[in-house]
Amino acid sequence: MKNTKWLLLMAMTLVLSIFLAACGGAEEKEEDASKDGGKDESATETPKKEDGEPDAEQILNLAESAAIPSVDSAIVEDAVGFNVLNNVNEGLYRLDQENKAIPAMASEEATESEDGLTYTFKLRDAKWSDGTPVTADDFVFAWQRAIDPATGSPYGPFMMSGTVKNATAISEGKMDKKELGIVAKDEKTLEVTLERPVPYFLSLMSFGTFYPQKEEFVTSKGDAYATNSDNLLYNGPFTLTDWDGTGGSWSYKKNDEYWDAENVKLTQINVNVVQDSATAVKLYKDGKLDRAGVSGDLAMQYSTDPEAVLQPETSVFYMKFNQKKLKKEETPLANVNIRKAIAKSFQKDDLADVVLANGSLPANFLVPKDFAFDENQKDFRDLSGDHLTYNVEEAKEFWEKGLKELGVDSLELEILGGDTDLSKKMDEYFKSQLETNLEGLTIKLKEVPFAVRLELDDSQDYDIQISGWGPDFQDPISFLDLFVTDGTNNLMSYSNPEYDKLIADSKAELALKPQERYEAFAKAEKILLEDDAAIAPIYQRGLIFLEKPHFKGLVSHPFGADYSYKWAYISGKE
Amino acid sequence: MVKYIGKRIIYMFITMFLIATATFFLMQTLPGSPIQSYSKLNDTQKAIVEKKYGIDKPKPVQYAIYMKNLAKGDLGTSFAFKGKSVNDLLASRMKPSFILGIQAMVFGTIVGILLGMIAALKQNTFWDYGSTFFAILGISIPSFVFATLLQYYIASQWHLLPVGLWNDGWKSSILPSLALAMGPLALSARFIRTEMIEVMGSDYITLAKAKGANGFEIAFKHAFRNALIPLITVLGPVAAGLVTGSLVVEQIFAIPGIGEQFVSSIMVNDFATIMGTTLFFSAFLIVVIFIVDILYGVIDPRIRVAGGKA
Repeated sequence: MKNTKWLLLMAMTLVLSIFLAACGGAEEKEEDASKDGGKDESATETPKKEDGEPDAEQILNLAESAAIPSVDSAIVEDAVGFNVLNNVNEGLYRLDQENKAIPAMASEEATESEDGLTYTFKLRDAKWSDGTPVTADDFVFAWQRAIDPATGSPYGPFMMSGTVKNATAISEGKMDKKELGIVAKDEKTLEVTLERPVPYFLSLMSFGTFYPQKEEFVTSKGDAYATNSDNLLYNGPFTLTDWDGTGGSWSYKKNDEYWDAENVKLTQINVNVVQDSATAVKLYKDGKLDRAGVSGDLAMQYSTDPEAVLQPETSVFYMKFNQKKLKKEETPLANVNIRKAIAKSFQKDDLADVVLANGSLPANFLVPKDFAFDENQKDFRDLSGDHLTYNVEEAKEFWEKGLKELGVDSLELEILGGDTDLSKKMDEYFKSQLETNLEGLTIKLKEVPFAVRLELDDSQDYDIQISGWGPDFQDPISFLDLFVTDGTNNLMSYSNPEYDKLIADSKAELALKPQERYEAFAKAEKILLEDDAAIAPIYQRGLIFLEKPHFKGLVSHPFGADYSYKWAYISGKE
Repeated sequence: MVKYIGKRIIYMFITMFLIATATFFLMQTLPGSPIQSYSKLNDTQKAIVEKKYGIDKPKPVQYAIYMKNLAKGDLGTSFAFKGKSVNDLLASRMKPSFILGIQAMVFGTIVGILLGMIAALKQNTFWDYGSTFFAILGISIPSFVFATLLQYYIASQWHLLPVGLWNDGWKSSILPSLALAMGPLALSARFIRTEMIEVMGSDYITLAKAKGANGFEIAFKHAFRNALIPLITVLGPVAAGLVTGSLVVEQIFAIPGIGEQFVSSIMVNDFATIMGTTLFFSAFLIVVIFIVDILYGVIDPRIRVAGGKA
C-alpha cells in the first residue's frame, strides 16, 4: 500500500514536471527571440563601421540541407552540386549581382554571327588552381565529355540536345563526340556552332554543365576524378577543401589563382550538412551559422523575426488536370469548363499568406516573376499579365455549364499531392475551398512520397496533381515547353495546335526577333491558362532565411546554382 | 566448442544470404528510379543512364551480379554519391555513429547497473523508488525528447556544450551520447534490479551469508554475476540498434552519421546504399547475437553452448 502511494506521487510529479518544463521552455524561447531581435535592431541602427567596411576576419559558416553527391560538372544533377560548382569553378559567363550573364572565363562579350548560329568566345588569361592556364581545349574536352553517352551525364544531353550542333545524334550514340559544335580555334579562341538560334544561349554559359575541365588532369585521375576535393581542379573564386567525397562537411578557401581574386573578400567558408531545420535555427541562434533556412511550421514562427529575409524563388507550383486517365479514358477534366471552374475557385492569397506562410507568392501565371526579362529589361510578367485569377462567381458559372455538358450533377475527383506536412495542409485547403465553392464536387485526397507521385504522373494515373517546376535556364521557354503536345512533362494529354505552333515558332522564325518572341510566349501562356485552363497555377515558391546582419553581399540566382559567394563579405561582426 | 562456433558461423552466412536476397527483391518494389533528374531526360537519355548504372538488365541478372560482387566484399557503387563505392561511404559515415553508440552503451550500462544494484540492495527505500523512477523515465521518454531537452538547456540556454555538428572534438559527442544512453541505462537498471532481488533471495546467497561473507562480496561476487545473464541477452540487440540506428538523434544534433545516410538513401532510391546499409546493420546484429551467446558460457559456466557430452 505504501509502495503504490509512493509510485503514484512519483508519477504525478513526473507528469507535472514535464508540463512545467514544456511551458517554461516555450516562454523562455519566445522571450529570447524578442530579446535577440531587440539587440540586433539597435545594432543595425548604429553600425560600428558606418560604411559597412569588411571585417579583418572573413570566415563564413553555412549549412546545406544535403551532402554533395558530385562535383564533376558533367555528372552533377542536384542543387547542392550545382551550387558548389558555381563557387569553385567558372564557365564562359557568370551571373552577376543583378543576375545578368556577364563574361567570366570569356574576356569580352562573345561575337554572334548574323544568323545567330555561331558564337565566338575569346578567353581571358585565367589559371587553374594548379597554376596552369585555362584554355579553349578545356572547354572542348568538358563539353564532349558531357555529351558522350559513355559518361552517362544526365544534364549534358538535357542542356545540349537541339541546341549545340550534333548534340542529339552524339548523345544517341549515332555520331562521334568530336563532331560536337565546339571547336578550339586557338588556345584562347572558342567557336560554338548551334543547331538553331538560341536567344538565351549566353545565359546557358553560366550553367555548370558547360564549365571547362582539364583533359590531362581528368584522364590522369581516371575513376578517382572528382571523388574528393584533392581530385579536382578549380578555376573559380574558391577552392573546395576538406571534402572526402561523402562526408557531411566541407569548406571553401579563397582561390588565389582566380583571375578576379582581388574582388573576393571571404577567405574561408565552412559548410555543414544540417537536415533538420529546427537544428539549423538553434545553431544559428547560437552563432554557429551565419544563415539558416527555416521551413515548414518554423517559417511561420520566424517570419517576423528581424533577421528573417524573404528569398523568392523561381519554382512555380500548379494543378495538372489529367484529361485522359492512364492515357486512354477521358476524364471529366477533359471538359474545359470544369477545368476553368476548379482553377478559379480557390483563394490563392490566403493560401500563400496563411497556409504556406513561407514567403511564397500567389501565382496567376506559369512563368514566374523576377525571372525572365525582355530586351528592355522589362519583366515577362508585365507583358503577359494575370490569368485564371480567383473568382467564385465565374467559377460557379463554369461549373454549372461544365456539369450540364457532361450531363451529371455531381463529380468526384482525386487530388494527388505530396506527403510532407506542408503539402498535406495545402491539400486540405484545396479540398475545403473546392467543395465549398463548387456544388456537387467531392474531393478525395491522395498523399504520396515524391517518387510515387512521379510514377503515377508517368502512367497518368491521377485526376488533379499538385506539381511544380523550377527552370534550368533564363527563358520563358523553360516553362512553356513543358506543355506542348506529347511533351515529356505534359503527361495529362493536353494538346492545342495553336499553342504548339507558337512554341515551335519561337524556336524557329522568331528566334532572332526577341520582342515578337516574347509576345508569342505571352500569347501561348494566355492560351494555356486563360483559354484552356490546362493547368491551374497556385503559387510561386518563396523561402525564409535567418541571416546575420553582418553577412553581406550574398547573391541568390533564379536558375542554375542557388548562390554566389564571390561578392559576399562580413562586416560588423566585431 | 569449435564445432559449435563453426556451425554458428555457417548459419550466420546463410542468414546474411537470405537477408541480401530478400532486401534486393523488396527494394525493386520501391517506386521511382534512382536517377534524380529522371523527369528531365528523354527516353534515349534514360536508356543511356540506366545502362551506365546497370539497371537496364533483367532483375535476376542484376541480382546475380550483385551477389557475385557481394561475395567479394564489394557493395557496389552509390547512385546518389556519383562514382563512390558504398564501402567508402559506409566507412566514412560509420565513425561518428560508432563513437556515439559505444559511448552511450558504456555510460548507459554502467550507470544503469549501478542504479539497479542500489535499488535492489536498498529495496523499498527512497533509493529504490528514486532509481526506479529514473528508469521509468528512461524507458517511457524517447531518446529524441531527451536530445531536444539536453540541446535546449545545456547547449542553447547555458552554452555549456555545442548545440550540434561534429566539429568540436569530444565535446560534440557528449550530448548525443547522453541522449542515446537513456535507453540502455533504464533497461539495465530495471533488469539488474529484478534479477538481483531474485538472486539475493536464493539459497546460495543465504548460504554465503551464513558463511559470514560480507555484503559487498555477496553483492558483487555472487549475486551480480548471475543477474548479468538476462541483461546481456537484451543488451546485444540494443547495442546493435544504438550503433546503427541513432538516426533521429543524429538529425537533431546534425551529426554526419550512418543513420542519417540510411534515410537519405531511401529517399532518393539509392539502391546500392540501401542494400549496403541494410546488410551492414544485419551483419552487425548477427555478430552481436553470436558474441552474446558465447558470452553466456563465459559468465555462467552452467550454460554449455556445445551441449557437453550429454
